[in-house]
Amino acid sequence: MYKFPVSKFALGLALGGFLITSQAFAGDEMKYGFGVKPSDEEIAGWDIDIRPDGKGLPEGSGTYDEGEALFAEHCAACHGDFADGGGGRYPPLVGGTPGELSQAVRPGQPHKTIGSYWPYASTVFDYIKRAMPFGNAQSLTNDEVYAITGWLLAENDLHDSDEPMNAEALKKVVMPNVDGFFDDPRPDVKNPHCMKDCFKTVEIKSKATLGVTPTGEDALR
Amino acid sequence: MGKQNMDKSKTNSRVIMAQAERESAQLEPTRRAFLRGSAAGIGAVAAMGATGGAAMAAGNPENLPPNVPEWSKMLGDSVTAEPYGIPSQYEKNVHRRTVPWLTPTGESSISFTPIQDLHGIITPNGLHFERHHGGFPHIPKEDFRLIVHGMVKNERMFTLQDLMRFPQVSRIHFVECPANSGAEWRGAQMDKLQFTHGMVSCCEWTGVKVSTLMEELGVKPGAKWVLAEGADAAGMSRSIPIEKLGDDCILAYAQNGEMLRPEQGYPLRLIVPGFEGNMNVKWIRRLEFGDQPWHHREETSKYTDTMYNGKSRRFTWSMDTKSVITSPCPEYPMLGKGYHQIRGLAWTGAGKIKGVDISVDGGKNWMPARLEGPVFNKALTRFVFDWEWNGQEVLLQSRAYDETGYVQPTIDQLREIRGTWSIYHNNSIHTWLVQKSGEVLNVQVSGK
Repeated sequence: MYKFPVSKFALGLALGGFLITSQAFAGDEMKYGFGVKPSDEEIAGWDIDIRPDGKGLPEGSGTYDEGEALFAEHCAACHGDFADGGGGRYPPLVGGTPGELSQAVRPGQPHKTIGSYWPYASTVFDYIKRAMPFGNAQSLTNDEVYAITGWLLAENDLHDSDEPMNAEALKKVVMPNVDGFFDDPRPDVKNPHCMKDCFKTVEIKSKATLGVTPTGEDALR
Repeated sequence: MGKQNMDKSKTNSRVIMAQAERESAQLEPTRRAFLRGSAAGIGAVAAMGATGGAAMAAGNPENLPPNVPEWSKMLGDSVTAEPYGIPSQYEKNVHRRTVPWLTPTGESSISFTPIQDLHGIITPNGLHFERHHGGFPHIPKEDFRLIVHGMVKNERMFTLQDLMRFPQVSRIHFVECPANSGAEWRGAQMDKLQFTHGMVSCCEWTGVKVSTLMEELGVKPGAKWVLAEGADAAGMSRSIPIEKLGDDCILAYAQNGEMLRPEQGYPLRLIVPGFEGNMNVKWIRRLEFGDQPWHHREETSKYTDTMYNGKSRRFTWSMDTKSVITSPCPEYPMLGKGYHQIRGLAWTGAGKIKGVDISVDGGKNWMPARLEGPVFNKALTRFVFDWEWNGQEVLLQSRAYDETGYVQPTIDQLREIRGTWSIYHNNSIHTWLVQKSGEVLNVQVSGK
């Protein structure tokens, strides 16, 4: 799925890195033997990551109604009752389209939400599970995470609100902006190493005189 | 130290900080008033230079020659008066600062290194910039574990002591948040150097190379990516290509000679030299080897760059070549006509800084600066330029180039390709407007 961009970095690796991967890192015997073999249970307790292909999704299920109630209880205080950011400073999670990410279409601010921007639905489950609710992370059960994930996706018109959300349903969701990303093309800018008469005129375009820089105790929380 | 004492010392440091801020708040308007209010303008600034600088430098006459100050007569403090030494009380104003309006909470926020006050290439541990996504935890070292699992032949769980037994390396590397200078994408915004460029720091990091662990555990064929995950309340997670990890990444437990500070990942963090700061996962608890990237929140929703047409760059790892003049700067204006050594910092994720040029006319003409001090791979590098200021208005710039031949671009060049919706990776040439008064203002210029 992902290909390395052809860059000096990748080329260097093709020459050196892969050799190292296949040979030097291939030993079965440990040289030092420090540490212990973790049990399956120990790994499972911390191995919470989810991939776009569904790897890592646990058993469990949640409905739209459960998700709505859980969102109101755990999330709405920051993200708003309708997950639109609530007019506050926390991220809106619902609304927008990938088309509105173009500066030509929408000159003000890009409207970045789960629905308009996030390329994979698996990331919604993963992020809620690992980091939300803010201040009480990893407290929700898998059923609860499925319910909230399903509600958010349904509010973005990406999931049928009559259907429960679970591993199978999540794998089927195709996000609108899935093709909206491309691999880093840098270096993208070539500034010639000009030393003399590089410009005829130079104009000041903006000055930092807005008074938005904090001073004194304002620069401490 | 008992909890009560810790709380007390925390309170004390808060009091000291608040006091320092009050003092600076009192000082700053005075300095500004002096600079602006001087009818003679440049003459007054020149006079300041001639008498040895600003009011601060005047001092108490009782302590100046021919008088003998108190500290030359009375005994000073004893050896353990400060069992862990602290900076001089006269440098209280040198500390990290934040911009509260940038983020809704202090736990998911940023603090900036006071690079305007620093000398050399090393950032003191207490001044390294901070970026936390769920606050910084205090993890007892005996309760720390690192699990390495997935596509490795020997899955392993390590204590800190285990990791410290492996062969040790020390490397000096910068860490920069890719949002450094992010507030400047649409125009000049912050009026202090600390806030335009203070999300970069540079330390000596000591630990075990990830390649050592990869050799020890044996990477399975087909493994291409590694998920690095933190133990903080954000569970910070990033997908990192295995070649980079096996190249120069370090699992670091020490910073500038001492164990990591809590806010820098105690007891263990990842150092990913030259890549965006966010990938240098702090409080690391897990490395999972796999065959695909995870596309987690911090590499899709965040830390991606939306171009003018709405398409977004992902996996924008490398920190491009960048430089900034740290003297003069808004915090430390010109003190008078005549000699001034322009000083600054340059760095690149591409390797070593090859050189830095200086312009005093907004980029029309350039003159080579001198690299001062050591030039290390993916580390802050200092440059200096001996300058005679004629007292006139000047558009001052620095422009770094690296060993690959890449030259730091203008903001126009970046905007032409990327638009102004990027948040990250603004490595443009920075401009200071040196005014006749000696004051220095952050501006953006366009050359034709």
